[in-house]
Amino acid sequence: MKYLDEYRDVAIVKRYLEKLHRITTRNWSIMEICGGQTHSLVKNGIVDLLPEKITMVHGPGCPVCVTPVELIDKAIQIAHRKDTVLCSFGDMIRVPGTSGSLLKAKAEGANVRVVYSPLDAVKFANQNPGKKVVFFAVGFETTAPVNALSLLQAEQLGLKNYFMLTSHVLVPPAMDALLQDKESKINGFLAAGHVCTVMGTKQYLPIVNKYKVPIVISGFEPVDLIQGLLKCVDQLERGESKLDNQYARVVNKEGNLEARRLIDEVFEVVDRSWRGIGVLVNSGLGIKEKYRHLDADNNYKSEFAGSVEDDGCMAGLILRGLRKPRQCQHFGKLCTPENPLGAPMVSSEGACAAYYNFSYV
Amino acid sequence: MANKRIDFSCPMPEFDFNTITLEHGSGGQLMHRLLEDLIFKLFANKQLDQQHDGAILQLNGSVAFSTDSYVVSPIFFPGGNIGDLAINGTMNDIAMCGAIPKYISLGLIVEEGLQIDELWKVLESIYRVVKSYQIEIVTGDTKVVERGKGDKLFINTTGIGEVLPRAKIGIEQIREGDHVLVSGNIGSHGMAVMSVREGLEFKTSLQSDTQYIGDISAQLINTFGDKLRFMRDPTRGGLATVLNEITSKNNMSIELEDQLIPVLPQTRSACELLGLDPVYVANEGVFVAVVAHDIAETVLMMMRSFHKCADAAYIGKVTSNFPKKVIVKSGIGGKRVIPMLIGEQLPRIC
Repeated sequence: MKYLDEYRDVAIVKRYLEKLHRITTRNWSIMEICGGQTHSLVKNGIVDLLPEKITMVHGPGCPVCVTPVELIDKAIQIAHRKDTVLCSFGDMIRVPGTSGSLLKAKAEGANVRVVYSPLDAVKFANQNPGKKVVFFAVGFETTAPVNALSLLQAEQLGLKNYFMLTSHVLVPPAMDALLQDKESKINGFLAAGHVCTVMGTKQYLPIVNKYKVPIVISGFEPVDLIQGLLKCVDQLERGESKLDNQYARVVNKEGNLEARRLIDEVFEVVDRSWRGIGVLVNSGLGIKEKYRHLDADNNYKSEFAGSVEDDGCMAGLILRGLRKPRQCQHFGKLCTPENPLGAPMVSSEGACAAYYNFSYV
Repeated sequence: MANKRIDFSCPMPEFDFNTITLEHGSGGQLMHRLLEDLIFKLFANKQLDQQHDGAILQLNGSVAFSTDSYVVSPIFFPGGNIGDLAINGTMNDIAMCGAIPKYISLGLIVEEGLQIDELWKVLESIYRVVKSYQIEIVTGDTKVVERGKGDKLFINTTGIGEVLPRAKIGIEQIREGDHVLVSGNIGSHGMAVMSVREGLEFKTSLQSDTQYIGDISAQLINTFGDKLRFMRDPTRGGLATVLNEITSKNNMSIELEDQLIPVLPQTRSACELLGLDPVYVANEGVFVAVVAHDIAETVLMMMRSFHKCADAAYIGKVTSNFPKKVIVKSGIGGKRVIPMLIGEQLPRIC
């Protein structure tokens, strides 16, 4: 496959790995932000090929993992309404809420429909005027533009039955929070390539300057990740802290202007609760006043306030990079992808699921 | 589709209706006409002509017996439809027992509202397969359910076949050092069906691989006998599921090489796009064979001599290094487990 095979080239990977081994002289903890990067690191067995002195810390960039339990409970409530169909991305439906998941709710008769795009949910709403359609909009800056577009499309079509339940989160505030955490030992970051494709590189400069930490925007294929690490370790060994862009084939300084315009049109920055981490100031996107009539939060009042996290799950520590999945006593025992105690065991981008599914030790 | 194509030009019988209604399943006149004109004439043979609810069969030696229900949606997809799928699928299950399928039953559950010409197209495909491989449909059943209680058409088929005298197929036959082969590109069927599924339509040249593979497996058994340890067609759950079934039942591991697993570029691209792994995607005309290492090369050559197995490949071997696990070595040298899938593969968010 063009644009993929080149970045899976064995000879290049080996060359970069050799160089990485050669230049690494001290212990470094490097966090890959995005769950997609975690998935690729573990799936391709890269973690085992790195120098011993490099510790990969898996970041919070898994949208499924950080969606707060209250919102999953709300989505389940909405799906149980006779007049409503809840549309969701696939890997959201297995995430445990206080009691059960959307998948379990579906088996009990709730109206849950898996879609690949919010625009399919708009189409469904248009074809089914007798039903209210709620799209469960989760994700980072990556999915925000198309979710925004779906609201605009629904407006344009004059639909009165399309709504969005929003839990959008933003990467830079999370990085800021992680670096302020006194327990955190992160020396450098691989920033999430896809997020930067939309948002550009500029947002990360304040973090580099404030914390003197190298940030390398990286892609997702083996060559991307190892080259990203090489750039990051090279800076660390030299005592430098700069913003660098390994993923320059798709990421530029300004990002995708049209996508950013869509986000700005529909969303505004709000405080957001992150599952396992807590409320972070200005860390999410909410629907602007102008489109509030399409906000499911406005149209569906929560019927109970008893959302509870399973206390056996240490997802918060995992998402903040303070523990590795194997350090959890329930990993692979009480907690498996089949019966997850917490969200990181659900999505293939979750650190626990990646370790459970792919590591053979 | 079958190797030996039969010229099929039998026209659809004329009816004064074009939609199946509940009355077609009521046992009365309409049902009689439907069965008489659509089924009995098309599949006529000595057993079926009795119009009895059962059949008396003549078989020699050990018998292989298998049943499967087909609920694929949509019922028509690139490269096939629910009809040829239902016949090929059950015949392949019989073949994977080391047998030659002889007789098959055909149970149709039709949803009210199905168009007659759609039903005819399905039956036509069934006819092509059974004629090509001299299988007889000897008994069957047709039911019509209310609209909304089915998904156009469900089919159940049950097959019976004679086990080949030299066949000795079973997980317990597998030895350390055996080689694992696959008879063709994996994942084509699953991705072809997905490409026409509602809400997911994407343009692709992919075709389902639905086909009968028993002619090839029979030749392998007749040539190699008990050195052919195990065969299975990896349908739902894909290659990964079959290999995990093997390792879960003995203490061995299977070590694969990622680069060697044959996958068409179109399948690979579609899987990349949807966040799916081809090793879990369904196949309908491919089989996995575990064979003694000293015959692996010859088996591969024989497989590849059949057009439908031209892409057969060695993919790995049976070892004792990682008991009960299926391991794949990536191109860059890393290793990972391929676990049994939990439920369905879920498309990722981003």
